[in-house]
Amino acid sequence: MSGAVAHDDHHDHHGPPKGWQRWLYSTNHKDIGTMYLFFALFMLFFGGAMAMYIRAELFMPGIQLASPDFYNNMVTDHALVMVFGMVMPAAAGMANWMIPMMIGAPDMALPRLNNLSFWLLPAAALMLILSILAPYIFPDGGTPVNTGWTLLPPLSVQAGMGMDFTIFAVHLLGVSSILASINIVTTILNMRAPGMTMLKMPLFVWAWFFTGLLLIAIMPVLAGAVTMLLFDRHFGTSFFDAAGGGDPILFQHLFWFFGHPEVYVLLLPSIGVLGLIIPTFSRKPLFGYKPLVGGMAFLATLGMVVWAHHQYTIGMSLGATNYFMIGTILISIPVGLMLLNFIFTMWRGSLTFETPMLFGIAIILMFSFAGVTGVMLAVVPADMQYHDTMFVVAHFHYALIPGAVFGLYAGVFYWLPKWTGHMYDERLGKIFFWWTTISFNITFFPQHFSGLAGMPRRIVDYSIQYTEFNVISSIGGFMFGLSHLLFLYIIFKTIRGGAKAPAKPWEGSQIGTTGLEWTLPSPPPFHSFTEAPVVK
Amino acid sequence: MLPHKRKRALPTLLPGVGILLVSGLAQAAYEINLNPPAATITQEIFDLHMLTTWIATIIMVIVTALIIYSLFAFRHSQGAVADQEFHNNWFGRWAWVLVPVVVLGIDLSIASSASSTLSSVESHDKADVTVNVTGSQWKWTYEYMEDGVKIVSNLKKLEPTDPLYLRDVDNPLVLPTGKRVRFLLTSSDVLHNWGIAEIVPKKISIPGYINETWTHITKEGTYRGQCYENCGTGHAFMPAVVTAISPDKYTQWMTEQKTQAAQAATEASSDKVWAKEELVAKGQEVYSKNCLACHQAAGQGLPGVFPALAGSAIANGAVADHIDIVVKGKAGTAMAAWGPQLNDLDIAAVITFERNSWGNTAGDVVQPKDIKAAR
Repeated sequence: MSGAVAHDDHHDHHGPPKGWQRWLYSTNHKDIGTMYLFFALFMLFFGGAMAMYIRAELFMPGIQLASPDFYNNMVTDHALVMVFGMVMPAAAGMANWMIPMMIGAPDMALPRLNNLSFWLLPAAALMLILSILAPYIFPDGGTPVNTGWTLLPPLSVQAGMGMDFTIFAVHLLGVSSILASINIVTTILNMRAPGMTMLKMPLFVWAWFFTGLLLIAIMPVLAGAVTMLLFDRHFGTSFFDAAGGGDPILFQHLFWFFGHPEVYVLLLPSIGVLGLIIPTFSRKPLFGYKPLVGGMAFLATLGMVVWAHHQYTIGMSLGATNYFMIGTILISIPVGLMLLNFIFTMWRGSLTFETPMLFGIAIILMFSFAGVTGVMLAVVPADMQYHDTMFVVAHFHYALIPGAVFGLYAGVFYWLPKWTGHMYDERLGKIFFWWTTISFNITFFPQHFSGLAGMPRRIVDYSIQYTEFNVISSIGGFMFGLSHLLFLYIIFKTIRGGAKAPAKPWEGSQIGTTGLEWTLPSPPPFHSFTEAPVVK
Repeated sequence: MLPHKRKRALPTLLPGVGILLVSGLAQAAYEINLNPPAATITQEIFDLHMLTTWIATIIMVIVTALIIYSLFAFRHSQGAVADQEFHNNWFGRWAWVLVPVVVLGIDLSIASSASSTLSSVESHDKADVTVNVTGSQWKWTYEYMEDGVKIVSNLKKLEPTDPLYLRDVDNPLVLPTGKRVRFLLTSSDVLHNWGIAEIVPKKISIPGYINETWTHITKEGTYRGQCYENCGTGHAFMPAVVTAISPDKYTQWMTEQKTQAAQAATEASSDKVWAKEELVAKGQEVYSKNCLACHQAAGQGLPGVFPALAGSAIANGAVADHIDIVVKGKAGTAMAAWGPQLNDLDIAAVITFERNSWGNTAGDVVQPKDIKAAR
């Protein structure tokens, strides 16, 4: 094809292709970002429906709705869907939408890879759905995947065909995250506009830089671990079977080597969103930009080397246990640094309380709470009492719902005007905030008590002494679930219409940051920055 | 271009949430706290737990106070003007050193008391009694290593309205107070975790490995816990119960157990040929203790999960295959090898029962000597 013909083609294809081709063949960071976000929204309701079933089952002592194995299958897939299907794609969608605009790039560095990393997700979701259906649609389907998301052998070796589909789903999800992370890290390193030095990047970009590095480091370990599991199940290798010279605990080390940094993978993008929202609505630069960047680097590094605090009861040596305990307690240093930086960003600011800011403040408060229960859990002898009780469930839901999910909600409200060109309904946004925050606390706060009193996690049925707390939890859970219908309504209402959003809908959004994304109109053109902006 | 401000709801509701967050953990009433300790080691852990709880509470009070104060004091609607140079004052320049140093101080003081308690948990002083605790799907087996006595502990079936629903077993573990008891924990199939918060810190039971923990019970009483590591279908249904009695009563109890065990052993190893009715009656007892949790009361199993015995090929086929699967188990499934767990008489009885119940018409009688031969 000669240069002249190519030139003519180019003129025929201004704007995106029409219809389904626009989405299936998309290499545009904004379209792919939108697809990621809608996929995450769908999975939010999919995983949420499982949570509603879990709360309904635990509403009263006795087995109400389905078999114990179905219950634990739902516990497993609720976690997998929320972690891999909801939080990570939503964060990746925001990265796709915002990072090129924030650093002044025309698109992601590797647009076709971007397409692939998104379109692996629906395939993975299909595998996950098959893993739930396998015991019922195949004649020898065997036991449902009843292990919990940690997939610990030997129980996961006993499980039926559903486990194989889960393993393949994890493979696909892993490949997708690795590709997306490579793309994001490459974009950040290579596509910055002239003058946009690393230390001028908005905090969200830094957060995703560390998230990407973490994912590239940990995902292969998980893929390896589940592959070994697959081999144990079908090819008689005995990696995790003591009878064949293996060790069931080896899997736990491999899983948590992935699993603990994964927690920071979920948290960091939201910390990045918080790093934009708090200064915007405080009308004041971040209190400590460099300490926050350093804190995130410290958090990511330390997070890689404390994995065994999920396994304090496995019987490690005294020295190793002490090391993991002290390492884990030290995580409070970067986390404390971050939270205090956000508080002192508000200090002597000029605060307004739009929906993103309300979420921001609630996150600081509730994530601090998860932090202090985290220190309690890090203390080994006490953890030997808390281990595998509802106290742990309450702790990590306080870490992950405010720390990751609310951060994403805050980001959605913060950027909806930019994405759609319309202001969302502020009154509905505030109702949504209060509804979710209050019902979230009603759901999970009582679980600290039932956990301390000894209620184990992953049980389908409990003794009557735990009834009251579970009733409260379930009622809160249903309210929490219901609030998300309002979320859906607000989003679609904003997409369809509403007050016209200016290029910079928030007064304070460029204070203390270059804020290139706010120099573009709302919604931004299909191709932003055809000429690189210069940052001074 | 700001959306209009609504300031009424925030100042009233947010402190409410804050107080809710903070007040909860501070209350030390036992219904919402760890179970009251009844052993030296759990008392030590309990004190550590209260220390960290109080530190957590104080930190939360400070954080909440700082946030609530700034929400009131620095409101745009009240004409607050942002101090654009705040991060450049002395505090702004040094907070990144100060904050970590303060946090490090708190961390190290927690870590040092935690570390000394950890050393007590992991101490290996000489024990007076050693109990081997084996978790299996879904029951606990206790073996007194010095006395050679074995107890199999199964869930006692109760209605969901009973105060002891899912909390009671047929045979609890009996332990003496005032003695150091060592537990050796292992498993016969998947991971389990024997947890009774009042008396013992948890350790996982791992198939093929042995873990160790200990206790020194100070108060007589019955202590209830359960399995704390997901072990599959019956995970919610394997309570762990310990009855602690005085050393004198314990010695007496142990003597009784030994006599009973000796009688049962004699009975099982005698060459007596048992009548079919005797075996079926005994087999039903063994079945409901050991097999019923999976294969169900009418031998119907759970479709797709546990195979039915009623009408099954094995229960109606060659008797040798039936003996083989009961004695040796089936690898890769939840079917355990019962050979090491039950004596010849029990296995013979349960097989006879299975082959003559629920419409199974094999009709044959299996004698203890057949099992001995098959082992």
